Amino acid sequence: MKVRLKVKRHDPEAHGGQASRYSDYTIDVPEHITILDALLEVRDYHDGSLAFRYSCRSAICGSCGMRVDGRGRLTCKTKVTDLVKTEGQEILVEPMGNMPVIKDLVTDMEMYWSKMDQVTPWLQPADPGPERENLVSHEAMLDLAQTMGCIHCGVCVSDCPVLEIDKSFIAPAALAKAHRFVDDPRDAKTKERLEELSAVKGGIWDCTRCNMCVEVCPKDVRPMDRIMQLRELAVKAGVASGTGARHGEAFVDSVQRLGRLDEMRLLPASVGLWNAPRLLSEMPGALRMLRAGKLPWNHALPWRKPIAGIKHVRRLFDRARREKKEASS
Amino acid sequence: MTVIKHDVLVIGAGLAGMRAAIEAARNGADVAMVTKLHPMRSHSGAAQGGINAALDEEDSWEAHAFDTVKGSDYLADQDAAEILAREAADNIIELERMGTAFSRQENGRIQQRPFGGAGFARTCFIGDITGQAILHVIYEQILKLGVTVYEEYYCTSLIVEDGVARGVVALPMMTGNLTPVQGSAIVMATGGLGRVYSPTSNALACTGDGMAIAYRAGAPLQDMEFMQFHPTTLKDSGVLMTEGARGEGGYLLNKDGERFMEKYAPNKIELASRDVVSRAEQTEIDEGRGVDGCVLLDVRHLGEEKINERLGQIRDLAKDLANTDIVYEPVKVRPGAHYAMGGIKTDVHGASPVPGLFAAGECANVSVHGANRLGGNSLLETIVFGRRAGEAAARYAKEHASPQPLSESVLQRDQALMSSLMERSHRGDGGDRPAVIRGELGEMMHHQVGIFRSREGLASALEKVRELEKRYQSVRLEDTGKVFNMDLITVHELGFMLDIAHTMISGALAREESRGAHTRRDFPERDDEHWLKHTLAYDTPEGPRLEYGPVTITNWQPEVRTY
Repeated sequence: MKVRLKVKRHDPEAHGGQASRYSDYTIDVPEHITILDALLEVRDYHDGSLAFRYSCRSAICGSCGMRVDGRGRLTCKTKVTDLVKTEGQEILVEPMGNMPVIKDLVTDMEMYWSKMDQVTPWLQPADPGPERENLVSHEAMLDLAQTMGCIHCGVCVSDCPVLEIDKSFIAPAALAKAHRFVDDPRDAKTKERLEELSAVKGGIWDCTRCNMCVEVCPKDVRPMDRIMQLRELAVKAGVASGTGARHGEAFVDSVQRLGRLDEMRLLPASVGLWNAPRLLSEMPGALRMLRAGKLPWNHALPWRKPIAGIKHVRRLFDRARREKKEASS
Repeated sequence: MTVIKHDVLVIGAGLAGMRAAIEAARNGADVAMVTKLHPMRSHSGAAQGGINAALDEEDSWEAHAFDTVKGSDYLADQDAAEILAREAADNIIELERMGTAFSRQENGRIQQRPFGGAGFARTCFIGDITGQAILHVIYEQILKLGVTVYEEYYCTSLIVEDGVARGVVALPMMTGNLTPVQGSAIVMATGGLGRVYSPTSNALACTGDGMAIAYRAGAPLQDMEFMQFHPTTLKDSGVLMTEGARGEGGYLLNKDGERFMEKYAPNKIELASRDVVSRAEQTEIDEGRGVDGCVLLDVRHLGEEKINERLGQIRDLAKDLANTDIVYEPVKVRPGAHYAMGGIKTDVHGASPVPGLFAAGECANVSVHGANRLGGNSLLETIVFGRRAGEAAARYAKEHASPQPLSESVLQRDQALMSSLMERSHRGDGGDRPAVIRGELGEMMHHQVGIFRSREGLASALEKVRELEKRYQSVRLEDTGKVFNMDLITVHELGFMLDIAHTMISGALAREESRGAHTRRDFPERDDEHWLKHTLAYDTPEGPRLEYGPVTITNWQPEVRTY
């Protein structure tokens, strides 16, 4: 079949001219091929100057993450026919986002790996350990397998919207890696890890739950779900601290009390009522929200009553608590 | 001249390389790894099925060693096979304690599955991502120890002065400026050469770099004619379907739905050694009982739950790359080039005959695999002999620390070659693009140096590889930039592949017998009287010069091999 590719190029050695441009290629290839195969065909027989990373072709080495048709994908796992729905349709290939580009589709992953370093990415076992192997359940090891399946392709980091505005966010891949150790019964530093992940800037409370990482992950690691599990474990271990954890509590408290969200109280409850600098820093945003009608100020008046069906809402809370208690006992 | 300098240099950062680096660091050496890929990208991660060790009380390391020797068709050095089997258990326990999440039995101990050519279920595993799981854990230890890693540094040659290995020349892909890297001991751990063949189960990076670099520097390559063809690789891509599929109880069927392995290996059936199964498959296909040039791998009877837990990765791969859901239908597979038994000749401490040069893993030949490797023994080899090579390299570096600087001329040869290539390409004259030569090489190796070989075929292969070597002299680049020039890297890789292919063809043409994975149609029997010996290939301007060396036999005299 004929495949049309539009590939974003970047030449770091361009003198004076334009460093970035697009190249169009039309290639004739068998129908079963992947985006990576198509790029290799281009490199081998059409344009040897095209640079990209590759190695295993079987979705295990994690080299070939790119942005294809606007979304992070592992190109050796994406078939051309997954994307081309009508004949002659063009496929847009770009480097991953949230990282500097070195050349063409090759990105600098330094930041990716340094975030990994932030989560103490090795097992910290009890000392001394057992004489032979650790005796652990098959299920516990199986549980780790899904998170361990991460191949560090970087696609989740590429497409993470939080990272776009906050470079300090440890981001989905490294937080999923952190979960792998927290979840390991052989690790002796679970509490310390949770405390650190909760307190550190850019930690588990900074995820906005947009689900993008879950959608783009080619290995079904579900990073966001891991982050949510870490939050729960941090609360349970009594080490949840900071704005994020308090935000969660304030949220629950508001809904339980009023049957709706009390936006005016959410912020002070999250950052701390006496945290004047932080409250002041949020003022411009609050004013913009007010003007846009996103902050229903009258809801916050002290004499506002709960919503009509509040007893149903509270019953839901009771039931959830009861079920959780039963499940854990 | 800026020179990077460390006590021990490890070239390549797969399992063997990283295990060597860890051990060298533990022994007090200042270690650095020089690697063309980030360590996590290494092809060790693609190993699926498992890693062998006699852990069960009813099993024994002696039984494991014997299975290994028998599997090797008696070409393995038995002292090395004994070390491999004896040190297996402790090394695997250590991997577990580092954090490897091995599948467990009810009692919490490591679980094991049956594998080809083994008399006991002794293959430890993590679903079918064993290599990946171990690779990540070993890399975590590298981070913990703070070992220096020069990532995406492409190694172009070994620096040998007065017959002693003293460093490497590397091309940092980020800058494109050749750089000398000095070390008192160098451990080559660059993995396999599968890309010499097309198709292959191997990653695009498996181009035999380290073997060729050592060979050009005077180290002999041993038993290069022995190439393993894995019985279950996907038709179009050559991507691996783990032996674990058969270990868990999967069948191989021909077009009549017959479990044909019963004819070839009545006792072990699908779990005969890989050379036996691949030959049987090819025979079925050649005699018209194949399906589309393939046979069928059928795991449907294992059920979805077990498939998801134990064979999840290959279910995904078959879906993505062959449009087949193995839960509901058999998948077409065929033998594919998979593993080089041959490599840089070393002793049991990983030392090559070139002083200061060590090797471990697939690029080395200790030799534990002889003429045919058992599944689950290659991951084990990386750990056992990676560790031994790292320890020996650290000791050597301490004893031979050389403060004297490298000569100013170490870059000259590589620099001159690269400049003439660049100039030729700038001018626009020059011949083939690397992909053209690579394509012809792969196809030739597949047809003439495949499962079944003959004098005529091998002679034509020899002629062809000489022709390709000649055409390589005027190979042409399209990328003449410095930063991340992948075109330039593929040209280097191709040069290495041609050297390696040449040694494989010469060795195969000379060896007039059939042993393990080397099957000559014109010499169908094993001939212990004349050929129970290792082939050693030395580099000369005219091509490889072959010598032969003895096989170490300790406990097991060669016997007729049946499964």
